[in-house]
Amino acid sequence: MQVFINGKQTELPSGTSVQNLIEQFDIRDKVAVEINEEIVSRSRFELHTLEDGDRVEIVRAIGGG
Amino acid sequence: MTEKQPQDLLLINGKPYTSRLLVGTGKYRDMEETKRAIEASGAQIVTFAIRRSNIGQNRDEPNLLDAVPPDKYTLLPNTAGCFDAETAVRTCRLARELLDGHNLVKLEVLGDKKTLYPDIPATLDATKTLIEDGFDVMVYTNDDPVMAKRFEELGCVAVMPLAAPIGSGLGIRNPYNIRTIVENAHVPILVDAGVGTASDAAVAMELGCDGVLMNTAIAEAKNPVLMASAMKKGIEAGREAWLAGRMPRRAYASASSPIDGTFFT
Repeated sequence: MQVFINGKQTELPSGTSVQNLIEQFDIRDKVAVEINEEIVSRSRFELHTLEDGDRVEIVRAIGGG
Repeated sequence: MTEKQPQDLLLINGKPYTSRLLVGTGKYRDMEETKRAIEASGAQIVTFAIRRSNIGQNRDEPNLLDAVPPDKYTLLPNTAGCFDAETAVRTCRLARELLDGHNLVKLEVLGDKKTLYPDIPATLDATKTLIEDGFDVMVYTNDDPVMAKRFEELGCVAVMPLAAPIGSGLGIRNPYNIRTIVENAHVPILVDAGVGTASDAAVAMELGCDGVLMNTAIAEAKNPVLMASAMKKGIEAGREAWLAGRMPRRAYASASSPIDGTFFT
């Protein structure tokens, strides 16, 4: 299936969870995740599986004023 | 110092702070400089931005949340870069998730890329949505006393008028408006944006502001850590001068030494 991760179209096997995604991309920062403009809480990363066409945003804290 | 109130605290949303200087974390050379400047500033409230993770790159890049640990500082996620109410609200919700339910946010909804002036109607919309959703909103606004009052009435925990455009370093451009906003307010008023050097920070505090939030004035100084220390002192000096109450201005001289008792006539 095709999903968009931080704006980039990516091919992923069906059944991929948010947790799989975090591990696959080796994201070590503390992050927050939004799928199709809805927050997915950290406690649901394992359970929430992605669907074809999902728009995933993975964000973190960075320097800013 | 003996005449000063022993505990002159800034209260934001019921939480007391001894420092009235709030700082941003942008534009520093690296995380180490960020950390050292924040320490030198004495700030207890630190703002930062929310951006996409670098997927698959810079894996060992230091994390801002390690430099600014939430157990040491009050973290203030901001909506910098948002030009509409919807993205500002989404940013705040992501920030709340990122910080495990932390509700305090700095809202800014920008209306113009050149001046970074706020889009006030969009800021009002976002404020209403965020407050309904349980956020504690510190709002960036222009120096209009009517709008400042409106944001207070909506329930913002602090109102933060600009003193000059973000990152401009032009200083307090409209002191009369800032003073009017302070006089009318029942929530903390913090100058957010425009300060260029320590005397600007002191001027903001002498106008009666409850605090100042700044980023570029420290980060773009030749020596940011030294400027952070200067800003801390500027804020403290301005605050004490405000509490002390300045002398009246006179058109002509008033001799400091007595006239009586001079040995010459």
